Amino acid sequence: MTIRKYLRERFFPHMWCPGCGHGTVLNALVRAIETMGMSRNEIVMVSGIGCSSRITGYVDVHTLHTLHGRALAFATGVKLSKPELNVIVPMGDGDALAIGGNHFIHAARRNIAITALVMNNRIYGMTGGQYSPLSGCDVMAATAPYSTIDPAFDVVALSVAAGATFVARCTTYHVKEMIDILRQAILHEGFSVVEILSQCPTYFGRANKLGDAAEMLRGLKEGTVPVGSEAKQKNPALIERGIFAQQEKPEYCAEYEKIMQRARAGRE
Amino acid sequence: MPSNEHVRFIQGNEACVEGALYAGVEFFAGYPITPSSEIMEHLARRLPRRGGKFIQMEDEIASMCAIIGASLTGRKVLTATSGPGFSLMQEALGYAVMAEIPCVIVNVQRGGPSTGLPTQISQGDVNQARWGTHGDHAIIALTASNHQDVFAMTVEAFNMAETYRTPVVLLFDEVVGHMRERMVLPEPGQIPLVERLRTSVPEGVDYHPYLPREDGRLPMSDFGGVHRYNVTGLYHDMWGFPSDNPKVVHGLIRHLVDKIENNVDSIARYKAYYLEDARTVMVSYGATARSALHVVESQRRKGQKFGLLELQTLWPFPYDIVGEACGRAKQVLVVEMNMGHICAEVKRALTNAGNVFLINRLDGVFISPTDIRQALRLIAGRGV
Amino acid sequence: MTRPKLKSFHLQREWCKGCGICVAFCPTSVLEMDSQGKATAVRLEACIACGMCMLRCPDLAITVETTDKEEKP
Repeated sequence: MTIRKYLRERFFPHMWCPGCGHGTVLNALVRAIETMGMSRNEIVMVSGIGCSSRITGYVDVHTLHTLHGRALAFATGVKLSKPELNVIVPMGDGDALAIGGNHFIHAARRNIAITALVMNNRIYGMTGGQYSPLSGCDVMAATAPYSTIDPAFDVVALSVAAGATFVARCTTYHVKEMIDILRQAILHEGFSVVEILSQCPTYFGRANKLGDAAEMLRGLKEGTVPVGSEAKQKNPALIERGIFAQQEKPEYCAEYEKIMQRARAGRE
Repeated sequence: MPSNEHVRFIQGNEACVEGALYAGVEFFAGYPITPSSEIMEHLARRLPRRGGKFIQMEDEIASMCAIIGASLTGRKVLTATSGPGFSLMQEALGYAVMAEIPCVIVNVQRGGPSTGLPTQISQGDVNQARWGTHGDHAIIALTASNHQDVFAMTVEAFNMAETYRTPVVLLFDEVVGHMRERMVLPEPGQIPLVERLRTSVPEGVDYHPYLPREDGRLPMSDFGGVHRYNVTGLYHDMWGFPSDNPKVVHGLIRHLVDKIENNVDSIARYKAYYLEDARTVMVSYGATARSALHVVESQRRKGQKFGLLELQTLWPFPYDIVGEACGRAKQVLVVEMNMGHICAEVKRALTNAGNVFLINRLDGVFISPTDIRQALRLIAGRGV
Repeated sequence: MTRPKLKSFHLQREWCKGCGICVAFCPTSVLEMDSQGKATAVRLEACIACGMCMLRCPDLAITVETTDKEEKP
């Protein structure tokens, strides 16, 4: 199997729970990379802390497993220093948007060519099922025994508003869509965000009585529709999937190249 | 006589920039904060001219993280801040310790805690540099009292960061940072530079990023190169993969501490003034050493056997050197602008700690020779 | 374009954690859980080689090879 050369097979079976969506994201990510035929030496994967962040350990590229919430800040250093590298940053929902929220919006604002994945399972898995900024209201969690009163971020709207130039959403059920979107996100010359709705059967599923992994995937299948579909108008509760923003704007490292030229030209 | 083109009349912060450029800094990430901002302002202008990268990040946390990322691509990296920003950097500083990332962090100290005294001097971050990040670890922290030494210590900081694969903290202070004085720019090659030690392991052969050579150094491989490995803040094995094997954990913490603590003598930088026959030894560092030296010299002129040990390496603390310099003294006076961070270490270095006195100021006003003389009278029991 | 046909199906048992996703969504019920809680192919003749089990598997335990190399996922 061709994707195996992108895996660090000695660490398999991986550490995630049975039915965890993060494994499916790993599956899709290595397939997306494989279809592009990218050299493993030109890819750097940077992650933070959490279940999702352990994904970097399984991929045979340059991997940087950093601090909770800070992956995009580390990645910015890698990318600006060596813009020829492809930098992919898989993050969890709490990692990316609670502790890492500031780095997230500023990386988007700069439009630096980094691919940010938000593996959104609406829960902190590693620490035992506490609610996250993407849990949303009326959700049960270890820190919300009477249900949450915190509304969730809309990752897509937030990313677009912050300046990301490629913004998409997909799910771990719609895997072909996910591979295609990941490929486009990686190829995009600018800051790209892919929100991947993922399942945590162990904590989120159990606390909210959503059934097993397959049941939760059915929920993602039935609860989402392609962007712009009529079904969404009839039922606003449905979540849209697809590409929400895709535009060309000045990319940060390319702009810095111009600064270097200007600085050299003006040198006394 | 140095030629005029090498003579500068500049701020200490600019001397630090000159030192960093001399050492070959290629990447700076930072966030504005008084009294260090001039460092980033000058590098914003200077770095792009020579193909280096400069970025103003969203905060000091991100700045510290960004330089670590850049260092892994093979660059010499720097960030600069002051107390509050230094506090924010502590988690990532610990990451750099754990993952053994060469990097240099300048802290131009101001009064604290909290927002404190942004535009005034303090030396209150000495222990934060040592113990600010959590967990057992060793750290290198250097300082300087004048611009020529700020330049030299900045170069040393880059050299030590590469030699020991570790973060190095430059603990300057507001007075040195903002004062202007003459500095002579050394010729290229005059101060030796330590460059990144890269692995000679060829492609296809197993490379161990965390296996020290016999001399203790760990050759690196740049991100983007032929060796793909893992970097983590977790305890890790010689390939960089997480491990909680007690043997691996113990081996790594010992390695992280020993590679610094076993080289105290090589890392120690200091200046000795009139110590040979000194009966009263002052120990000082940073801007306060200037006032201390002034007092020492005026006492000498009066026939009093005063001497000064000016520390430039604060961590790892050079206990043996301090013990040697102060062991025969009748009294030891530690002059610093905090509540005794270094004084406590000097006491630990000496068998007779009762002879060690702290002379300090904590009000944001630079300690003057007059202040020190007043303290001398107090210590001698002659009143104020 | 002809539909790709199944060339081989491989399940790496030690990687499979038995979540049941492949079984639940197989369009032709090729897969079942065995007595040890691992997925197993019991009706390979019915397989239409859609490859969705391979793509969805969170354990990366399934490899579906098809006759049409161009259709390789």
